[in-house]
Amino acid sequence: MLELNNLNAGYGPIQAVAGLSLKVAQGEIVTLLGSNGAGKSTTLRSISGLLKQKTGSIVFEGKELLKLPPEKIISRGISQVPEGRRIFGRLTVEENLDVGAYLVRDKAVIRERKEKAFELFPRLAERRRQKGGTLSGGEQQMLAIARALMQAPRLLLLDEPSMGLAPLLVEAIFDIIRQLNSGGTTILLVEQNARMALKVAHRGYVLANGRLTMEGPAAELARNPEVQKAYLGG
Amino acid sequence: MDTLLLLLPQVLFDGLLLGFVYAMIALGYTMVYGVLELINFAHSEIFMIGSVVGIEVFRSLTGYVPNPYILLVVAVILGGLISGLTAVGVERLAYRPLRKRGTKNRLVPLITAFGVSFVLQDLVKLLEGLWHNEFFLSMKNVGELEQSVTLFGIFIQYKSFILIGVSLVMLGALTWLVGRTRLGLAIRSVAQDPSTAGLMGIDPEKIISRTFLIGGALGGVAGVLFALQYTTVSPYVGFLPGIKAFTAAVLGGIGNIPGAVVGGLVLGEIETLAGTFLPVLTGGAFGTEYKDVLAFLILILLLLFRPQGLLGQIVKEKV
Repeated sequence: MLELNNLNAGYGPIQAVAGLSLKVAQGEIVTLLGSNGAGKSTTLRSISGLLKQKTGSIVFEGKELLKLPPEKIISRGISQVPEGRRIFGRLTVEENLDVGAYLVRDKAVIRERKEKAFELFPRLAERRRQKGGTLSGGEQQMLAIARALMQAPRLLLLDEPSMGLAPLLVEAIFDIIRQLNSGGTTILLVEQNARMALKVAHRGYVLANGRLTMEGPAAELARNPEVQKAYLGG
Repeated sequence: MDTLLLLLPQVLFDGLLLGFVYAMIALGYTMVYGVLELINFAHSEIFMIGSVVGIEVFRSLTGYVPNPYILLVVAVILGGLISGLTAVGVERLAYRPLRKRGTKNRLVPLITAFGVSFVLQDLVKLLEGLWHNEFFLSMKNVGELEQSVTLFGIFIQYKSFILIGVSLVMLGALTWLVGRTRLGLAIRSVAQDPSTAGLMGIDPEKIISRTFLIGGALGGVAGVLFALQYTTVSPYVGFLPGIKAFTAAVLGGIGNIPGAVVGGLVLGEIETLAGTFLPVLTGGAFGTEYKDVLAFLILILLLLFRPQGLLGQIVKEKV
């Protein structure tokens, strides 16, 4: 479904990702692991188009995305939940969802998807008229995910969805990820919390200093002594 | 003192007229600031172009279309359109190339705005020079619109009703557009976070351009109404109302749409009250011309003590 070939990406003189190739197949949850600055977020930002300084190829459903701006990439069926949630704090919860559905022209479809989002996240339904900025961190994360789902993406990019959340909320977010995946959404997940990520993912890639160091089924990676030492706390 | 009180309703009404003009111009400043964090000082000239278009419509079409109301509609539409498109052109030619280069220095677009201002002033001066060989342009007699009524001791010309009416309609339309439509939602999200708006499928460049169009059109309509009310304009007429409207936008809280309206009305009233009462209350020590000083004194005090403006709030955002 998604295929990265020899992706190089960076910021100014800094090369954050070098020669990265990876694949995500339809229906999978794939996770990108690595320490801070390994190039995980850069990879996601390259796919979604937020990062422009890049070479190589990014092919989604047979079409090249490398040169497209973010607003075109989302229309191909890829949504990103950005790092740090980036919800619109001065818009209400409901307006945030409306922005998420910006490319959906059919009002009935928007309404239907909003209802689905509120079913998935009842907390958001209670706060639909509240400004996004007044939500707690966990609620904001739910809103960021719900917003990304409004466009009914076939591939969902999740950047650090568990960051800064209490353990109980982390569990809840990973439950949602599983639920979305069994509903047919393919997921590419970037996580610092490698333990949780490997539990939910089918396959994983490990990055260090912008390069691929390991790849394989999630269960295998979780057993790998090197991975255990570096990312699972021994 | 009794005469002063008798004057008060008239002064308040005149302040209201000026206030609506300021409010409409201030909206252009505040909307562009909202999406770009740029004080588009060339907006004064967008307003000036509207005022010149207004006068030209009345003076070139009066012979063919004697009905002043039809002329007014034509002037408002043309003024709004030409000013709006000029604003879009300015954004395209002057500001967008700077963004494309990734200029981080905020002074660069600001100074560009001043440059654009000079260019537009001189362009209009050139065109008017070639066309009529005139610098000051005066409104033709607008017939019926000059007529007046006296209500509650206030002398009101028909054209003043029109100024207030058109302003209210425009403000209402803008509130609806920004608050209730898909475009408005896009404008608000680009104002908060352009790159995340891009992730939602919004093309921020397109929205920025639309914002210039809307702000420019409001400024242009304000120009037409200004020309109708105050009758004489010139290529440099934009400067003072423009900078007052900027003050109004800051007064209300820059980036805040209701704030721009409140700021405009407050400033219009303060200025008119000061212009009338300062000379009397100070025994002539301060003349009417000090009203401008007062407007900018407010700006300075505001920046010192309440930089977020009357309605603005320091936005807390959780990360």
